[in-house]
Amino acid sequence: MGEDLTAADVAALFRRYAKAVADGKDLLTELDTAVGDGDHGTNLDRGMKAAVEALDADTPATPGAVFNVVGRRLVSTVGGASGALYGTAFLRAATASGDAPALSAEQVAAALRQATDGIAARGKCAAGDKTMYDVWLAATEAVESAVAGGAGLAAGLAAGAVAAAETVPRMVPWQARRGRASYLGERSVGHRDPGAVSSQVLFECLAAQATA
Amino acid sequence: MKRLYNEPDAVVDEALQGLALVHPELLRVTYRPTYVTRADAPVRGRVALVSGGGSGHEPMHTGFVGPGMLSAACPGEVFTSPTADQVEAAARAVDGGAGVLLIVKNYSGDVMNFEMAAELLAADGVATETVLVADDVAVEDSTYTSGRRGVGTTVLVEKICGAAAERGADLAAVVALGRKVCARSRSLGLALSAGTVPATGRPGFELADDEIEFGVGIHGEPGRERRPMESADALTDRALAAVLADFDAAELTGDVLLFVNGLGSATPMECAIVARRAVRTLGDRGLRVARSLVGQYMTSLDMLGVSLTVLLLDDDLARLWDDPVETAALRWGR
Repeated sequence: MGEDLTAADVAALFRRYAKAVADGKDLLTELDTAVGDGDHGTNLDRGMKAAVEALDADTPATPGAVFNVVGRRLVSTVGGASGALYGTAFLRAATASGDAPALSAEQVAAALRQATDGIAARGKCAAGDKTMYDVWLAATEAVESAVAGGAGLAAGLAAGAVAAAETVPRMVPWQARRGRASYLGERSVGHRDPGAVSSQVLFECLAAQATA
Repeated sequence: MKRLYNEPDAVVDEALQGLALVHPELLRVTYRPTYVTRADAPVRGRVALVSGGGSGHEPMHTGFVGPGMLSAACPGEVFTSPTADQVEAAARAVDGGAGVLLIVKNYSGDVMNFEMAAELLAADGVATETVLVADDVAVEDSTYTSGRRGVGTTVLVEKICGAAAERGADLAAVVALGRKVCARSRSLGLALSAGTVPATGRPGFELADDEIEFGVGIHGEPGRERRPMESADALTDRALAAVLADFDAAELTGDVLLFVNGLGSATPMECAIVARRAVRTLGDRGLRVARSLVGQYMTSLDMLGVSLTVLLLDDDLARLWDDPVETAALRWGR
């Protein structure tokens, strides 16, 4: 991959993520069975398969257009909170990317920030609520700070993946305050949040794609 | 697990195909985006009622589509909210020019998807209002959580608002009525065993032979606590005590509507036994069961359990409850 993120890179990222979700479907479902209704793995798998089908049918020319296709597919095929949240995130990333032919490290950081803010707005969640937002926020801040410090795209996204991977276990002792796990009250303590884990996987795919 | 499924992935579509084939006079089913509308929609000049939610709760919501109740229902995947484009398409299909009321159960996925649909509809000039049902007393009401789940009261809101819309009430009046029903109604469910999601083939949770889940959600989410199994009467009283404790004590007088809902595997006999005790216990508390609904209306696949809902009636609510309704699952007065 070059210095900038192209449409082909973003499409490859989502293919990589779709495969990771398919491979991790059972784990996500198992995590969701403990704190929710046990469908996070199957739902996200269905959505990402549909997104990849759409990309196969017609690969868009800009990173923004790829984000748009994937976001729309997730919104229209997944349902549940995860469809709305991931869909909103990618649609916001699409808007932030505009019609740029490729995204610089700074533009990727800005798109991630818009996506993260979109999750907070759609889910009405804040830091510490023990949702996927905590992972997106930590990863985005890490990417922003690495890029501000002069890191290139690959190093910036690697920092994001590390932050995501560190955040998920840090959230385990928290009590959920938003999302379906919050209905458990104190019983949500001690569990890994399924949306946080699927978000970690996304940031790891993003970092892997940047060095591919 | 032995079940009358063909392909686990096809259960939602196949159940809808069955519903459409046996009720051609009542409803129409559209696929991709998927929604069910009453056969005579859109009805000009009448407020349209649109609800929806995950599948696996049948007959809710598709079985409540028809004159006197819902104009449209949007079934999602099993235990998964519908998508925003399903809700938007359904609302457009049934909008008769008098506005659309979205009836939403308080689960984060449902709330977000209906909210996105409402934004799309509003941007296009369709008058849209939402009534959010959050009646489950099992969830501690706290500003730090997503709030209470929407359970049995949903059926009562759909019936009563549907009657008002059929009588020609305007959107503001139907919304106000829906919020009134929510304010006067509380529910609690309990499970003796979990439902099994078709795609996974595994029960949502495991309970020992001598355990129950008290305050269970309709997706098998754990509830308030895991307790020892007791007799039907003792469990009924325990559930009613939790429901009644949540009302303002001064409100607890006069006529009520009692809704005893089977969660999928409770037999009609079990529901009747629970209803027997509930009517007596409510009577002991000075509450007369003036209206009732007993049966399987809001299920959780094959969960073995019941939910109890108490609605404080007034003349207006009782009259609207008695109004004619003609749907696959509820019909009277026509």
